[in-house]
Amino acid sequence: MSNMLEVADLGHTYGDYEAIGGLTFNVRAGELVCVVGPSGCGKSTLLRTISGLIAPSRGDVSLHGSHLAVVFQDYQRSLFPWLTVQGNVEFPLRSLPRAERRSRAAEALAWVGLSAAAKKRPWQLSGGMQQRVAIARALAYRPALLLMDEPFASVDAQTRFELEDLLLRVRREHDTTVLVVTHDIDESVYLGDRILVLSGSPAKLVADLEVPLPAERDQVTTRTDEAFVALRSKVARLLNVGGKPTLDVDKWAAAERESLSETVSS
Amino acid sequence: MRAFTRGLIGIAVFLALWELLGRSPLLPADALPPPSLVFGELVAQLTSPEFISHVVATVLAVLIAIAIAIAIAVPSGLVLGSIPAVRHATRAVIEFLRPIPSVALIPLALVVLGFGPETKITLAVYAALWPILFNTIYALDELDPLLVETSRVFGTGRVGVLFRVALPSALPFVLTGIRLAATTALIVMVSVELMAGSQIGLGYFIMEARSGPGRMDQVLVGTVVAGAIGVLLNSGLERVRRRWVAW
Repeated sequence: MSNMLEVADLGHTYGDYEAIGGLTFNVRAGELVCVVGPSGCGKSTLLRTISGLIAPSRGDVSLHGSHLAVVFQDYQRSLFPWLTVQGNVEFPLRSLPRAERRSRAAEALAWVGLSAAAKKRPWQLSGGMQQRVAIARALAYRPALLLMDEPFASVDAQTRFELEDLLLRVRREHDTTVLVVTHDIDESVYLGDRILVLSGSPAKLVADLEVPLPAERDQVTTRTDEAFVALRSKVARLLNVGGKPTLDVDKWAAAERESLSETVSS
Repeated sequence: MRAFTRGLIGIAVFLALWELLGRSPLLPADALPPPSLVFGELVAQLTSPEFISHVVATVLAVLIAIAIAIAIAVPSGLVLGSIPAVRHATRAVIEFLRPIPSVALIPLALVVLGFGPETKITLAVYAALWPILFNTIYALDELDPLLVETSRVFGTGRVGVLFRVALPSALPFVLTGIRLAATTALIVMVSVELMAGSQIGLGYFIMEARSGPGRMDQVLVGTVVAGAIGVLLNSGLERVRRRWVAW
C-alpha cells in the first residue's frame, strides 16, 4: 500500500532543549496509526511539525495529498463560539460554492450523528458532542491525513468509548488515513492498526508495532482479548511505566511556553 | 419582575425626595423646581418643534460621533493589537493623549474647526475613541491561540485569521467598548454644546433656558432628556450585544 505520510529524520529543538530527536516513520494510505509516549515527550511538537504549525529544526515531512486536518484535545477552545455547529463544519470549506459547502457539512454531521444539532452553537452541546463537531469539521475538509492530538482525553470514560468507536466506524466507512497522538496505552492498542512507541524527551522511536487484532473491535471483547492484553503489556514495558520518570518537568514547561509563543507570532 | 418593581419603588422615592426638596424653604425659590412642575414642562416641550430639533441635533451628533469613533478605533485596535512593533512605537503618544479631557480641547477645536457641529462631533469622537480602541487591543491579547492554530491548519492565511477569527472573537469586547464610548460621547456632546456657543442641541437649550429667562424648570427638562438619551443608548447597545453576541 502506498504511503500517505512520510516522516524522515524529523527533529526539533527549542533553544537548547531537544523535543524531538530524529524520527523516521511512514503512515500508509487508509491506515490508523497511534503515536504513544509519556506525557511531555514531544508528541505535541511532533503533531505541530507534521501539521505545519511550526517548521521543524531538521528533517522532512511529506504528505501525499493536498491537505490534512487536525482534531485537538481541547474542543472547547478549538470550535468557533460565534459560528453555529454547521458554520464550524463549513469553516474549512470557504473556497467551495455555498451549496456544496452546505451539502458537505450536512454529510459530515450525519456521519457523526449530529444532523439535528446543525443550527445550535457549540457551547450548547455536551463535551462529547463538541468533539464530534470537531471530527465532522475535519472530515468535511476531506483531508489526506486526519491528525488527532489526544482527541478523547478531555471527555468522561463512557463518552470516550463512544467516540473511539465512532472514529473506528467513520474511518472504516470513508477509508480515512488517521494519525492519533495519545498518552493512553489502552487507547492506542484499541484504535490502532499500528503503534509507534516514543521514548521520553527527546522523542525517539522505540518500537513500531503492528496490532494483531481484527478490524472489527468491541469495547468489551477486544479489551479482554489475549492479543490486546499482551500488546498493552508490551507497550507499557517499552514506555517503562512504573519506572523512574525520565522527564525534566521544568525544561518541558519552558519548551511548551516557547512553542506556544512561536505559533502565535508566526 | 420583582427587580422591576423594586426599580419602580426606587424611582418613586427619588421623585418624592426631589419634590420635597424642591418645595422646602431651605432652597431659594425657583432654584430647584419640583418634578411635578418639571414633568409638566417636559410634556409641553415634547410637543414643541424647536425643542425636538434640539434633541434630534444632539442625538444625531452623538450617533455620528460613535460611528466615526468605531470606524477609527476598531481598525486601529486591530493593527495595534496584532502588530506589537506598531503598538510599542505608539504607546507613549497614546498614554499622553488618552488622559487629556475633551473639554480641555474646546479652545483648540474652536480655533481650528470653528463654531459649527464639526467641533462638538470631533471632541466627542476624541473622547469615544479610547474605550473602543483599548477594548479592541485587549480582545486581541485575549485571542485564544488554539483558535488561530485551528484556522491555520484549515488553510487560513494571516489576513483570513484577522477577519474570520480575530475580529469575531474580539466582538464582545468591542461592543462593550462601544457601549462605554456612547455614554462618554453623549457627556462630551452636551458639555461642548453648553460651553462652546453652539447654536443648536440639548446643551444649548439648557444654557439658553438658564441664562435668558432663568427658567430652571426648562433647564431640568433638558437634563432629564439628556439622561433619558443616555439610558436608551446604553440599554439599546446592551440589547444588541445580547442578541448578536450571545457566547
